[in-house]
Amino acid sequence: MNILVLVKRVPATDSQIKVAADGKRYDPAGVEHVLNPYDEYAVEQALQLQAARGGEVTVLTVGGADAQKDLRTCLAMGADKAVLLEPDKAFDSKSLCDALAAKVRELGPELVLCGMKAVDDDDAQVPARLATLLGWSCLTDATALDLAEDGSFTGQRDIEGGKESVAGRLPAVISCNKGLNEPRYPNLKGIMAAKKKPLEQGAIALEEPGAVVEGLTPPPARPAPTILGQGVDAIPALIDKLKNEAKAL
Amino acid sequence: MSNVLVFVEQREGRVKKASLEALTLARTLASSLGGAVHAVLVGDGVAGLAAEAARYGAAKVWTAEGAGLARYSGDGYAQALAKAVEASSPALVLVAHTAMGKDLAPRAAALTGSGLVSDAVEVRVEGGTVHATKPVFAGKAYKRCAMTTNPAFVSLRPNSVTATEEAGAGEAAALDVPAGDFLTVVKDILAASGDKVPLQEANVVVSGGRGLKGPEHFHLIEDLAAAFGAGVAAVGASRAVVDAGWRPHSEQVGQTGKVVSPTLYFAIGISGAIQHLAGMSTSKYIVAINKDPEAPIFKVANYGIVGDAFEVVPKLCEAIRAAVQH
Repeated sequence: MNILVLVKRVPATDSQIKVAADGKRYDPAGVEHVLNPYDEYAVEQALQLQAARGGEVTVLTVGGADAQKDLRTCLAMGADKAVLLEPDKAFDSKSLCDALAAKVRELGPELVLCGMKAVDDDDAQVPARLATLLGWSCLTDATALDLAEDGSFTGQRDIEGGKESVAGRLPAVISCNKGLNEPRYPNLKGIMAAKKKPLEQGAIALEEPGAVVEGLTPPPARPAPTILGQGVDAIPALIDKLKNEAKAL
Repeated sequence: MSNVLVFVEQREGRVKKASLEALTLARTLASSLGGAVHAVLVGDGVAGLAAEAARYGAAKVWTAEGAGLARYSGDGYAQALAKAVEASSPALVLVAHTAMGKDLAPRAAALTGSGLVSDAVEVRVEGGTVHATKPVFAGKAYKRCAMTTNPAFVSLRPNSVTATEEAGAGEAAALDVPAGDFLTVVKDILAASGDKVPLQEANVVVSGGRGLKGPEHFHLIEDLAAAFGAGVAAVGASRAVVDAGWRPHSEQVGQTGKVVSPTLYFAIGISGAIQHLAGMSTSKYIVAINKDPEAPIFKVANYGIVGDAFEVVPKLCEAIRAAVQH
């Protein structure tokens, strides 16, 4: 079974985010970038499925040349080959998926795996959009996955106050959440092997986005913090604030 | 062509509060666009819920009903929503950004060739164009977008708007039900134990971190949540304690967990790593209890108590219980 894993290079989750001079993007200067944390679950899931039933694991990203580094990380984990597509303009999930659907058809996997969201845009649209455009089954935010020999699958996802069990069948797009598996770390052998694995570079032409970024701003400021006091003595002051100011009691 | 269509989510015959919030917002936006609020209900035997949508302002309530839609199906519900879009010609489609909504909205947007801003906290109409603002980098920045498609889709973060009633005409209309045999269907709902209030819907969230020293002390957090009375407060956890296996990932609040926006958020024994702040900084009021007066959590907390959680929390439980009972 051939599997395509979609990945993205994002700022590390402990990064401070500053707005760039254009007021529309973040300033990448001094920010550490990593493979999107949720994508690690997708790569791991692909490798486990490959170990069980063979086939090839391809990782693909749409991004700049520096994303090669993250593709190499995936190759070091054990993926077979990588594809880097440089976009010709700024995109949103709509314009990305509209173009990516054709690329997925061309590559012809039976299963597309991705992280449940990229922790930069927090958009979480690509899996469900792509599956819809392809006419494929789709499980989002999977925390469990059981894929049968006949291509049918059941999985689980978190819902408010519980979980739901979801059934579908291949071909499918499945987005992976924490809890699905425990991603492996690349070992030295993997890192060495990754250097020789194929990394194809190309371009992807995109249409205009459905949502155009007008501005990126720091979050609204929080009210000035107040330390009410030390230990149990501060409890009456807190109750007073919760009652009369926050009106939460 | 200037209506606002709201997908009104129901589970087990109960309308989600977040959908009532979306209807409330839709009233303002529809009047800016010069159109009406339309609602769509999808499921089996859901027509009875139309009155509730009308109470929150729906002039027209579309229903897509059928046995095949009794349980959520991503592609099935997306087809039903796309039919409602065709029928009501909206300029804007609003969906609550719930577990169902975040699966549904991108599918329906793809079917109708629409742009989508997901998890928005603010939506405005200016000069006939829909603008939506959403937190990115888990709230470390806010992105404002102008929508270029008609309709535009926006999924709205729960608790971004306060739901208020204002009756609409609620004219009922049925949609053709999409044919069955869907690609992806929910087979079973595995509910969490008892009548626990879901983390993202709770008015109060009480979260614990490494300051609790071990999973055996997490009952302090549960006790404080319970002190607010049944169905009010939910328990959350920091990434550190989830990674340590003290608590399930479903309780994790933060950039790689859940993003919550309650009226009142308690951070107990949580230092306030940027990863955690990202998941709760849109809470209305934040209370921090921490031994370390230098902990970054105190920089975002409305109210801070410097102290030992093991001493403060039991007394705080008593005080909250007393206050709630009055």
